[in-house]
Amino acid sequence: MLKILFFAALRERLGCASTNLDLQGQVLTARDVLNQLASQSTQWQPHLADTDLLCAVNQHLVPLSHPVTAGDELAFFPPVTGG
Amino acid sequence: MSLRIVVQQPDFAVASEYERLRQDARCGAVVTFTGLVRELAEAELLSMTLEHYPGMTEQALTQIATAAQQRWQLGAVTIIHRVGTLLPNEQIVFVGVASAHRAAGFAAGEFIMDYLKNRAPFWKKEHTSSGEYWVAAKVSDQAALKRWQ
Repeated sequence: MLKILFFAALRERLGCASTNLDLQGQVLTARDVLNQLASQSTQWQPHLADTDLLCAVNQHLVPLSHPVTAGDELAFFPPVTGG
Repeated sequence: MSLRIVVQQPDFAVASEYERLRQDARCGAVVTFTGLVRELAEAELLSMTLEHYPGMTEQALTQIATAAQQRWQLGAVTIIHRVGTLLPNEQIVFVGVASAHRAAGFAAGEFIMDYLKNRAPFWKKEHTSSGEYWVAAKVSDQAALKRWQ
């Protein structure tokens, strides 16, 4: 099982802070996961298509081409605005 | 080369953070920066909420501070970032760097803030008299990283 987290404006737009995805043994990229989630919900689709979205795998910023496997923690969020 | 990374809701005291940073006699300089909640030009700011990604935030700040320590010869480095709801003029962030000479301290302080603004998972939401808005990332903050690359 892959754990997926959403933060800030994205979390609010989706109305969801976290979800799980059964990868069924596959190794996908973060972008594949984003596409899979988008295909499951027409309400989520436009928000997940935002090209500014950042992604972290196991709490490290990575490009969307980064692979994910079962047991990973994947997070999607808008550009950060701290400081 | 001690590192102090704190993510917390409560306020912090700059004076005690400075005292902690000035304990090393090999360091002739302490540079500190404090970021505050600023009023808005376009609407009355009532408060600001800072959301973060617990766990990743601390790791990201540690990586940034470690990168600064590898790039410059530094003594102690402190990064404190608050989360939760803050009012106008409250303190948000503190960066303090001790170093042998001032040039390394100034540069490392700017480096840490530039990377924090682009890589640390914090998000600001402004609560104003005309509604609630997530703060958009600034192109100027992204451009600021280029000088270190």
